[in-house]
Amino acid sequence: MRARTRRLWTFAVAAALLLAAATLAFVALRQNANLFYTPEVLAENGIPEIGKDVKVGGWVAPGSLTYPGDGSEIVFTVIDNSPATITVSFTGIAPDLFREGQGVVAIGSFDADGKFTARQLLAKHDENYQPRELKPLGAGPAASAS
Amino acid sequence: MIEFGHLAAFLALAASLAQGVLGLTGARALAGRAAVVAFAVMALSFATLLVAFAQSDFSLALAANNSHTLKPMIYKLAGVWGNHEGSMALWCLVTLGFGAAGALWMRTGRDVFEARALGVQGWLATGALSYLLFASSPYLRLDPAPLQGAGLNPVLQDVALASHPPMLYLGYVGFSFVFALAAAGLIDGRIDRVWAKEARRWALAAFIPLTIGIALGSYWAYYELGWGGWWFWDPVENASLMPWLIGAALLHSVVVTEKRGSFAAWTALLAVLAFLFSIMGAFLVRSGVLTSVHAFAVDPKRGMLLLGGLVVYGGLALGLFALRAPKLEGGKPWQMLSREGALATNNVVLVVAALTVLLGTLFPLIAEATGRTISVGEPYFRLTFVPMLAVLLAVLPVVQAWTWGKADLSGVWKWAAGGVGLVAVFLLLGVSVWDIPLGAAFGLALALWLIFGALWEVRRRAVTLARVFRLPLRVWGMTLAHIGLGVFIMGAVVETTQRYEATLALPAGGSGTVAGWNITLNDVHAIEGPNWYADKAVLTARKGSIKAEMAPTKRYYPASRMPTTETAIHKTGAGDLYIALGDRRDVDGETRWVFRVYFNPLIDFVYLGVGLMALGAFFSLVPMRRRRTA
Repeated sequence: MRARTRRLWTFAVAAALLLAAATLAFVALRQNANLFYTPEVLAENGIPEIGKDVKVGGWVAPGSLTYPGDGSEIVFTVIDNSPATITVSFTGIAPDLFREGQGVVAIGSFDADGKFTARQLLAKHDENYQPRELKPLGAGPAASAS
Repeated sequence: MIEFGHLAAFLALAASLAQGVLGLTGARALAGRAAVVAFAVMALSFATLLVAFAQSDFSLALAANNSHTLKPMIYKLAGVWGNHEGSMALWCLVTLGFGAAGALWMRTGRDVFEARALGVQGWLATGALSYLLFASSPYLRLDPAPLQGAGLNPVLQDVALASHPPMLYLGYVGFSFVFALAAAGLIDGRIDRVWAKEARRWALAAFIPLTIGIALGSYWAYYELGWGGWWFWDPVENASLMPWLIGAALLHSVVVTEKRGSFAAWTALLAVLAFLFSIMGAFLVRSGVLTSVHAFAVDPKRGMLLLGGLVVYGGLALGLFALRAPKLEGGKPWQMLSREGALATNNVVLVVAALTVLLGTLFPLIAEATGRTISVGEPYFRLTFVPMLAVLLAVLPVVQAWTWGKADLSGVWKWAAGGVGLVAVFLLLGVSVWDIPLGAAFGLALALWLIFGALWEVRRRAVTLARVFRLPLRVWGMTLAHIGLGVFIMGAVVETTQRYEATLALPAGGSGTVAGWNITLNDVHAIEGPNWYADKAVLTARKGSIKAEMAPTKRYYPASRMPTTETAIHKTGAGDLYIALGDRRDVDGETRWVFRVYFNPLIDFVYLGVGLMALGAFFSLVPMRRRRTA
């Protein structure tokens, strides 16, 4: 009988832990899974909740890169195949292959004016690799220009 | 030469096949010989790849795609495994190496069991070698041979990263032999104390290099990527963390099987899962289904084959487990509140933690199937993984004193009072004096609690001071590993919550202040290396009487048309001042250089802690061998 009670206990403890973990995971995923927006999707759906972490992506519009402050902040426009655009601001070191006309994925949040402040930029990592989210967009303006 | 290596790999395949067949029929000596032969010919085969890379023989497609004549020799050699095909060759070599080591050093006194373990290992090697030879061959020639190679991905040209894949593979693939032992034990229907004693050694032999390999990769990411952090919850990092967590659970559960004969089925299951998680890691990373810097082989066919291997080996092993587990013998009786109960809880928490990591890693794929593109980042893992481990570690010092079978609970209230008191002190200190977040204060209390608990356990076991030095090495191993965990948590908590970062855009002669450090840019000039040229910034960092020259550089590798960041790190006792050089920006007609400056407090504790865990695992392994050779 004792072995059976013990097994019951073990299952109860394991089930409780699993349930707690599942709840935690569910809550965490609801709050923290970053949705991905291209300018077109954003124009269709409107700006997501202000301050919520999201990803935006597309190409850096040629000629849009500026340094409004002392040079530590960069501001650029993200475009895709639609007329919509997103203005992104980022303070820090841009990835090595971040360039005008290249694909970029920015992680950060929108403010009330629709401006996107990125805390991280992902660019094409090398000649063979680019962020997965950008694949459906096809080749960018850089490819068609060259 | 390469044709010889190619042929040798086929011979290794034949020998592995023989090992698989002979082993399963129970011929211990013959299977052992086949294992040694297979390893020897594969080592020769791997050597031909090394020679081709050393001589820059670009008629070998692999060398042409991944090497360059101007590369320093060590990176020419490391280039062999810095790509998909070569790393699979390394995977095969390590699989066969563990088979040969098993053939030479298994000592259970059960010939048929050992033969079967070698047999299963032979089938694992057959699968790996077939994949190598028929789906990702590193032995292909190019005709005509190019005059120059394309160069290794320059971010990989680094000492820590040259040794990271072999270490990681020793760990991942080391679990293949643990898997083989579990499968053989299940075929026998005997997962008992003799089995556990053997399996524990091999699990440790895999766990140590896995730990070191993960630490090397993390250290590389810390100083080479220039992002200031050491763990990014990237799919590749998660892919290595999951087998590590399962391995850690296994090391705790196999002890119960060894000492008491209990948990037999559970231990066997973990032994199987540790390797399955390793293959799954290889699949996730290599198939290109997840965004990752390691996704060299963005080739769906290879991904499908790896997945197929996972399904076949996993299905067979789990099927065998389902058949045999109900028939395994139980051990000595125990109650929930006992050492067994404590270790069972440890195991459940570690496995559930691994599952939450798995969910976070796979969730983007699941969401993609429903048509949404999302990603899961650090906040998810901080909310799920961290609290689970915190609960586990909070009870560790209390329950490690519990005895087998049934614990004496008379002293528990003292422990509870001590623990609550410590947390209260830290919460008060943290909020009122240090001004750090509540979570960080709790984390620090937890780290000290763990270290104290580990030392207290030594005291409890030794009773008198003189006997402290006569404790078995195994006890010291456990103590070191637990202290290491405490040290790691201290470093991780302080670094992640107290890290300071800022961006400076400086003209030559300009200066800025970050975290109390005054940083002046003296000048930026061009330098040249063997296969790169670079911009090197020379900065002077001053804080009080401390003065440090720092020179972050940005290299450019013409062969692969890629820049890399070489950070400058100044170690103070309390942490690292860390500077990465960014791009040049022309602002208002003036040239400015962008710097990312971090102060990473107690970052060394993170690596010291992981190092102590590996050392602890090593101490736990050593005495077994000593007793055998004596």
